Amino acid sequence: MEAIVDQPRVHYINKEYGVKSWLLTVDHKRIALLYLASVTLFFFLGGAFAVALRLELMTPQGDLMQAETYNRMFTMHGVVMVFFFLIPGIPAVLGNFLVPLMIGARDLAFPRLNLLSWYIYNVGAIFTLYAIISGGVDTGWTFYTPYSTTYSSSNVLLTGIGIFITGFSSILTGLNFIVTIHTMRAPGMTWFRLPLFIWSHYATSLIMILGTPVVAITVLLLALERIARVGIFDPALGGDPILFQHLFWFYSHPAVYIMVLPAMGVVSELIANFARKNIFGYKFVAFASMAIAVFGFLVWGHHMFTSSQSVYAGMIFSFLSFAVAIPSAVKVFNWTATLYKSSISYSTPLLYALGFIGLFTIGGMTGLFLAAAGLDIHVHDTYFVVAHFHYVMVGGTLMAYMGGLHYWWPKITGRMYPEGWAKFSALIIFVGFNLTFFPQFILGYQGMPRRYYAYPPEFQVLNVMSTAGASILGFGVLFPMVYFVWSMRYGKVPADNPWGAFGLEWQTSSPPPTENFKQTPVVTWEAYEFSPRDKMEILGLRGVEETKV
Amino acid sequence: MSEHIVSKKIYFLIFSALMVLTVLTVFVATLDLGRFNAIVALSIAVLKAMLVVLYFMHVRYSSKLTWAFVGAGFFWLAILFALTLSDYFSRPWLGQ
Amino acid sequence: MEDTHSVKGLAHHFDDMEQQREAGTLGMWAFLITEIMFFGGLFMAYILYRSKYPEAFSSASGHLNWRLGAANTVVLIVSSLTMALAVYYSQTGNKRLLITMLVLTMILGATFLVVKGFEYHTKWVDHLIPGFGFEWHLAGDPQKVQMFYFIYFAMTGIHALHMVVGLGIMAVILRMAMKDRFTQTYHSPVEISGLYWHFVDIVWIFLFPLLYLLGAHEGH
Repeated sequence: MEAIVDQPRVHYINKEYGVKSWLLTVDHKRIALLYLASVTLFFFLGGAFAVALRLELMTPQGDLMQAETYNRMFTMHGVVMVFFFLIPGIPAVLGNFLVPLMIGARDLAFPRLNLLSWYIYNVGAIFTLYAIISGGVDTGWTFYTPYSTTYSSSNVLLTGIGIFITGFSSILTGLNFIVTIHTMRAPGMTWFRLPLFIWSHYATSLIMILGTPVVAITVLLLALERIARVGIFDPALGGDPILFQHLFWFYSHPAVYIMVLPAMGVVSELIANFARKNIFGYKFVAFASMAIAVFGFLVWGHHMFTSSQSVYAGMIFSFLSFAVAIPSAVKVFNWTATLYKSSISYSTPLLYALGFIGLFTIGGMTGLFLAAAGLDIHVHDTYFVVAHFHYVMVGGTLMAYMGGLHYWWPKITGRMYPEGWAKFSALIIFVGFNLTFFPQFILGYQGMPRRYYAYPPEFQVLNVMSTAGASILGFGVLFPMVYFVWSMRYGKVPADNPWGAFGLEWQTSSPPPTENFKQTPVVTWEAYEFSPRDKMEILGLRGVEETKV
Repeated sequence: MSEHIVSKKIYFLIFSALMVLTVLTVFVATLDLGRFNAIVALSIAVLKAMLVVLYFMHVRYSSKLTWAFVGAGFFWLAILFALTLSDYFSRPWLGQ
Repeated sequence: MEDTHSVKGLAHHFDDMEQQREAGTLGMWAFLITEIMFFGGLFMAYILYRSKYPEAFSSASGHLNWRLGAANTVVLIVSSLTMALAVYYSQTGNKRLLITMLVLTMILGATFLVVKGFEYHTKWVDHLIPGFGFEWHLAGDPQKVQMFYFIYFAMTGIHALHMVVGLGIMAVILRMAMKDRFTQTYHSPVEISGLYWHFVDIVWIFLFPLLYLLGAHEGH
């Protein structure tokens, strides 16, 4: 499909030029790109720490770095990846770009707050980076007390301030999404016509605004305690370290769902489009997102089975943790059912989505092992846990993030990524990922504890496998980095709707104009309705068959 | 969701109620009621907060959505308190 | 769509005033939810340590000046009334009384902070600042008493910070009111800042009995 008009069309990227037009923009699409740049930077920084960890673990003895250095490395890997990549990743980049487009709005409800959130993110990032450069922090990303309040001599305070500040960027993003989804849907865009991506972002936003403030105040108390040396969390001073764990996990367990719910939203979009079918049981998948957001707040005690938490509370938390598996399973089953007897095209985004389903299922199922209080006592703080949450966060969130980036790349940049290279690197990532983390399940089950820089020689074979896998995974994520940049200049120019998709975001030009739509769209069709009737006339668009590449 | 103008009379009425309750809470605090001191003080505070939320903040005249938002805030606060305290209060049971 | 852009106070990405007002109000409520949870963490710590160390907390609380606390409660409730009336006069389009009420609200807010500052100063003189030469010779374990004061300063300090922010917001609203920015159809900034002001008042409604009146029946 060739472009009909010859002269370059004005869209959000070429409308204005210059640094100022980017740094002072209030356009949600430009802010999404700003976030993309920041988040990518932190992803590679976190990745660099991971490389250091895996290199050290290639041999049983500590030869590459000292124990203290290793402690700092895994802490900074966790802090950077969790707070600066995984949590903002999908919502702040893809969500920011797509939420207004998908619901037919001109922008988010509070465009200036949106820009402010990016600045807040960066201020927090600068504090954390400064903490890293000036020696780092060694408490683990969980900042457990009293080590973090009293004994650690590393940069706990600076890192804490960084996380405290960055939390507010997350709150602002969530607040913006909630208000936007409530008040700015296009005419006819009822709640049950919303793409599932929107449902999952709504659920995510709930967690962001309800959970983040609690971790903010917790980190603040930790910092105050470190400064004033008065016990709130240190038992030697009359405080209670378990209170810290309660408050910390009240946010940080739901934070896992901040990472994975948007990923699930992305996967729903990918599956529906590449199976060319409505998502099986749309309402169940939509409500499952909400259920995960609510249940996610009731399970945090399963991180504390081996602390002095009461066994009775442990039983309740264990039971509730099993309950949260139900909505997650509903999603996995419904995606699978959607694929059944559908017309599947195996493009790169779908490969990532399929990868997500498989890896998230493994991550989720091993989560059930850990939610069983009895078994958890055996595998607590071992590599089993490490493998479990990497299957959810990397196998889940990263896979969906990559899939989403590929799927919406033509929308974002107006260029197509190279399909062959993309498929190749998707495969590399999948293989590398499994080789890295599957051996860790076995290591953990055999009893190798996490967070040690040395280990008994009998664990070496599996550790070498894991390190080999990590290097493959590393190359796998470098490829897209290269060809995405390459495609921005040399990629094929696709049609406005290269996938023939029916979401509102595809019913405008690619890249979209600054105000997204020429006229406010009126929605008369259901979500993922792959045979809409009078839609084309309403939007004044060409037939969809024509626009397929 | 059209705008509802609350009359001045209601504002002054609520204000008087808040003042009376403030005096009451100070007065009750001077009596020794054992554990009921805390319960009475908290009940009065909750009542005062409700008056402010419903009338000064117009929630009584607002959409269901606003009710849901306010409700969600307090519901999640309750989750935080209840599940954390479920740990502390059930710890002694093991020894019995 | 083009026409609506000329409406006073309407941002480009909203369809009409109603949608903008709704978004603003909802946004403030969503923000207040985060505030509830933010203070919630502090209240959690308070509940736990008060039930763990009742004697020390009661004795420490008895040393706070409940008269000043009560006075500040009255000040804040009056300021909530003037704020509510400010919203009323913005709705009825009475610019003069709107400005009067905003100024009164700010004066009352500042009064609260002055009283609070005076209280803090007394604590400084009495060596009751946790971590900075804290001394305690009355009943109760000094370590636990210090924890009470730690929570007291964290809670009232963060509350006072919210008051300062509130005064800043009121200054902006006042300036907008004086520049004739509000009309009978466009005054949601007054309402939305009012929500914030009332919320800060509510926090104090809880802080006053929990911190000041805890030990009032045992002593004075």
